[in-house]
Amino acid sequence: MDLVDFILEPLNLVTFFPLLGVLLLLFLKHEQKNASRWVALLTSLATFGISLWVLDLFDANDPDLQLVINKDWITVAGWNIKYALGVDGLSILLVLLTTFITPIAILSTWSAVEERVRDFMLFFLLLEIGMVGVFLAQDLFLFYVFWEFTLVPMYFLIGIWGGGRRMYAAVKFFLYTMAGSILMLLAILWLGINQESFYMPELLETGGIPPGTQYWLFLAFAAAFAIKVPMWPLHSWLPDAHVEAPTAGSVILAGVLLKMGTYGFLRFNLPLFPDAAVELARPMATLAVIGILYGAAVSYSQKDVKKLVAYSSVSHLGFVILGLFALNSIGIQGAILQMVNHGLSTGALFIIVGMIYERRHTRELDEFGGLWKVMPVYAVLTLIVSLSSMGLPGLNGFVGEFAILLGAWGAGAAGGSLGSYFFTGLAALGVILAAVYILFMFQKMFLGPVTNKANEELKDLNKREILVLVPLLVLIFWIGLYPKPFFNLMGPTVDQLVEVLNTAITAALP
Amino acid sequence: MLLSETTTSGFFNLVPWIIFFPVIGLLINLLIGKRLGERGIGTIASLASASAFVVSVLLAVSINGHHEAVVVQFADWINIGDLQIPWAFRVDTLSVTMMLVVSGVGTLIHIYAAGYMHYDVRYKGDPKSYRRFFIYLNLFIAAMMILISGDNYLMLFVGWEGVGLCSFLLIGFWFTKNTDGTEGTENALAAKKAFVVNRVGDFGFLMAMFLTFWAFGSLQFDAVFAQVDQVQEDVIIAITLFMLLGVAGKSAQIPLYVWLPDAMAGPTPVSALIHAATMVTAGVYLITRSFPLFSAAPEAQQIVALVGGATALFSATIAAAQFDIKKVLAYSTVSQLGFMVAAVGMGAYVAGMFHLVTHAFFKALLFLGSGSVILAVERGHHPLDNGHEDDQHGEEHHEPFDPQDMRNMGGLREKIPLTFWTYLMGVLALSGIPIWAGFFSKDEILTDALHENPTVYWLLVSAAFLTAFYMGRQVWLIFFGKARTHAAEKAVESPSSMTIPLIILAGLSVLGGLLNFPGVHTFTTWLEGTLGHDFAHATEFNFTVAGLSTFLAFTALFISWLLYGRNPIEVDQKDPLRRILGPVFSWMNNKWYVDELYAMIVIRPYQRLARFLAETVDWRFWHDWIHDSVIANGFRSLTRFLADPVDLGVIDGIANGLADFVQGSAARLRVIQTGYVRNYALSVLLGVVVILGYLITR
Amino acid sequence: MVPVSYYVALSAILFSIGTLGVLIRRNAIVIFMSVELMLNSANLLFVAFSRLYDLEGQIFVFFVMTVAAAEVAVGLAMIVAVFRNKRSIDIDQISSMKG
Repeated sequence: MDLVDFILEPLNLVTFFPLLGVLLLLFLKHEQKNASRWVALLTSLATFGISLWVLDLFDANDPDLQLVINKDWITVAGWNIKYALGVDGLSILLVLLTTFITPIAILSTWSAVEERVRDFMLFFLLLEIGMVGVFLAQDLFLFYVFWEFTLVPMYFLIGIWGGGRRMYAAVKFFLYTMAGSILMLLAILWLGINQESFYMPELLETGGIPPGTQYWLFLAFAAAFAIKVPMWPLHSWLPDAHVEAPTAGSVILAGVLLKMGTYGFLRFNLPLFPDAAVELARPMATLAVIGILYGAAVSYSQKDVKKLVAYSSVSHLGFVILGLFALNSIGIQGAILQMVNHGLSTGALFIIVGMIYERRHTRELDEFGGLWKVMPVYAVLTLIVSLSSMGLPGLNGFVGEFAILLGAWGAGAAGGSLGSYFFTGLAALGVILAAVYILFMFQKMFLGPVTNKANEELKDLNKREILVLVPLLVLIFWIGLYPKPFFNLMGPTVDQLVEVLNTAITAALP
Repeated sequence: MLLSETTTSGFFNLVPWIIFFPVIGLLINLLIGKRLGERGIGTIASLASASAFVVSVLLAVSINGHHEAVVVQFADWINIGDLQIPWAFRVDTLSVTMMLVVSGVGTLIHIYAAGYMHYDVRYKGDPKSYRRFFIYLNLFIAAMMILISGDNYLMLFVGWEGVGLCSFLLIGFWFTKNTDGTEGTENALAAKKAFVVNRVGDFGFLMAMFLTFWAFGSLQFDAVFAQVDQVQEDVIIAITLFMLLGVAGKSAQIPLYVWLPDAMAGPTPVSALIHAATMVTAGVYLITRSFPLFSAAPEAQQIVALVGGATALFSATIAAAQFDIKKVLAYSTVSQLGFMVAAVGMGAYVAGMFHLVTHAFFKALLFLGSGSVILAVERGHHPLDNGHEDDQHGEEHHEPFDPQDMRNMGGLREKIPLTFWTYLMGVLALSGIPIWAGFFSKDEILTDALHENPTVYWLLVSAAFLTAFYMGRQVWLIFFGKARTHAAEKAVESPSSMTIPLIILAGLSVLGGLLNFPGVHTFTTWLEGTLGHDFAHATEFNFTVAGLSTFLAFTALFISWLLYGRNPIEVDQKDPLRRILGPVFSWMNNKWYVDELYAMIVIRPYQRLARFLAETVDWRFWHDWIHDSVIANGFRSLTRFLADPVDLGVIDGIANGLADFVQGSAARLRVIQTGYVRNYALSVLLGVVVILGYLITR
Repeated sequence: MVPVSYYVALSAILFSIGTLGVLIRRNAIVIFMSVELMLNSANLLFVAFSRLYDLEGQIFVFFVMTVAAAEVAVGLAMIVAVFRNKRSIDIDQISSMKG
């Protein structure tokens, strides 16, 4: 009975439910393509349903971890490793985002993947387990296991179903991420040995890591997370991975995997090493601002649509980092919301690119033009998503960006300093540049006359494709017009975190 | 009077409907518009806008005499700690004024467009776009209403960017065309330019909001204004200057005015509604709305006034040398916006708003009139148009023909009399001829300018002089003389759905001055409800100022008659102004090469920088060199070194030696490996026996 | 009561028969049966001695029987597989492991 209870714990269910789909898939033959698709879709939808149940159980007013599962896992030789899952305001939205994006990504790839469908879906569901696990794990060791676990399915997704240089991209993706993770592993082990625990609540309670040590631990964790985000200048793997990955892979990569990096900063770097975070906030913000401007400028002169969107991620996630290292409530809440927003709008953009790629088998901007005339529904949906991506008020991107910039402006002890004004001003320039590259893309693809004969007969979106985008659009409008429920979910936890940070900020003052 | 309250009396709770009605209209058209047909679509859209107008009137009735703003909370929006921003609507005399203008002029333009677009979509060869047009138009009304009814800066900003989006969509409405109607990307590029330039302004607005929030702890109007005297003046100056940048973007002031003339790529009703009457005045509204901030920062006010004055004069010079009928009006709009910005910059908020209202009347009239002229010429140009005009697209473009070029017109007075007379009303109003609306509002600005800032006064007076001149030039070129093309000869008067709005607007352009007639000051009293007595002072009528500007207006009209009216220009004749001004005319005609300047100092360097970053820094250096050469190849060389000499030589040597040894012994031992299980079992048995024997005998 | 030594003797006899069977017979199934015989001779000892001491011996018997059953399942599967390939279950034919 205990075992059944354990399995039925909400967080265990939401993490490992896709495993059921994996098992079912193993019983299918390679030829049963549609059956594989349906199994994967239904499993991921059920997982989404479970995550909604978790949301229902979640008490938004409680800042602490909830629905905690805490079992001893590896206790040999004095190691105190626990199997610990828990959810709080920092992670609930990201869990929901993951379970929400996964079925959409599966649906979006319905007709794009024809080779080895079963295996594709299998890796996809495995990936979902890893991602949800990353957001729920409350034990550093367990976190590390899930963190590395996500690499494997993604490696295969890129390496098997990718484009021309898929092996190059897959290996590069794998190695870059591994390189960062190693440093993180060292830091985790240091903590486990010196603090005698890997369990987050215990680590936070113990505290008392001297600032000098915090500094190095912070950097070690940051190495893993900064590569994952990716922060400038560690972004070199991103365009390759995105360009080569299949559509659904790109959607998940942009929608969720990159968030694991920013989430890592939020979950571990800020609360565990507050003094180092205060000390390093300025350099981190500098990198973030460079990333914002650099990503925007580089996007602008891409010729491949997918690459353009990929670089735009560098810019967008720069905003998230900037918000996190504002170290105040407005900035951090904005950053969390922006993680969700980026997942939605960039995910949608990749789906959109995938749709045109399926029709034309090219992504060169110069090949397009005047598509609005040929595919009006597609054009309108793209327009809305693009506008959300460039932060038009009334859509989701704006709420996040505004909160981030507002928070960054007031970063520091007394409502901002000249430095923070300067940073924010530069970052706000990114808002202009975002309009430049996104409108450039939109104009190149959709406006003007149809110049290319190959585009004249393109079919507009079918029902399935519209169905893929509609849920994303609903959320895009919802968050833009009424983000209150989202902020309510994260508010108390963030406030608690900010208290810790404020103590550190006060301590750092001369 | 700065206190706000939430009240349920009156019609105030209806205020969200000024947004809902247009949204409902656009949703109906979006979902079932295809089945409604053109007439249905136009009716729905116009009704949506008219309903908003009715609500605005009800609000106006309710707020009249109310000396407090009424705030209607609708829903929460953003709530993070101190950052509490609701969806809240503010009803006071200022916002109601804007609502009336937007929905009133908007409705007239909707009705006009229902007729105009019927022809336009056919000439552009895409009748399906009819529905799209009205969806955008209703969307615009909704966004504009958010802008003017918001109770905090952020909501204002929502509308601010929302109207920018609609402007983008509508400028790029014919996105497959060039401005002259051929296939190309010019319209799309104009739309993009408008959006991007506006974004530059929005950047300023954003910065202003950040500063405001951290200085005042709120973005709600009343909360901010109540604390003005507790905040350092430097901060307020910074806020207002950043706001000025936003204003320059939206209201097309120097240095960001460049998008507005290009925006004429949109269909003419759009130019009338968005790029003349309503959206571009949002900047003026913003300054008036923030009057406590601006009034607390005299230095910033000086700059605002100077920017406005300079813009007014600068763009007037450009307008004087344009040939495109809409370009003239566009630069004229920039110039008139300069008047308004200068006025509100000097603290003459009432005068600025007054001019905003009258300008909305006569500039909408002029644009709609120009649309009527263009359509008339276009219908004259198209042979298909005779008789069976419905359902036929104009496919027979024999030669490139620009129906907007005033050199292709002439003598239209007799062909389209109704358009001519209404247009004339607009011209007289804009030129500032006494009795017409523009005279009073412009005069009020000039009088205030004389008191507040003589430099600005002279800038504005010169601009007013040029205004009368270029409007006179336009009238002579379009309506007088002989028809210079076949198309102009065959021009046809527009249908009544277009002319009726023209007549109504013409009436308003004549009588609009009564709103704030000197000595009565109805409008001043009205706005006092928002601005308070100190800032809504009635300007006394100044006969010197009025006399001088009247004299200048008549002189300018006379000069334009000398140049263009006395001897109407012939086909292919050079512009008479060119004879007088020489190369300066070319400069004016080419807009002082400002676009080229921006391309040189901003756009191309950015493009080059972006390409450099993307191709050289990011790809060749970072991606290819650092990653592929340094890291990957470095690692590969290392592995090759380890593999060849180290691994093969040393480690393999040891390993191979071991292997040889093992192989040798194995060859000898393999004999006992028979492959029969029985033999193995026997040896197991023997082994057991031996071990047991040892254990027993031990 | 039968003395324990009888059981031991019987068990030793059975075990020897089993051993000889494994070593001598060539039919794989018979060899299997012989192996079973050896296992059961051990079981007999377990049971006999558990009467003298405690019940652990009997528990072991169960384990042995389980293992034997598993072994038979696997073994028979292998024999079937071998038969499919070689058309024979004569173990002298199967000497591909010869060194």
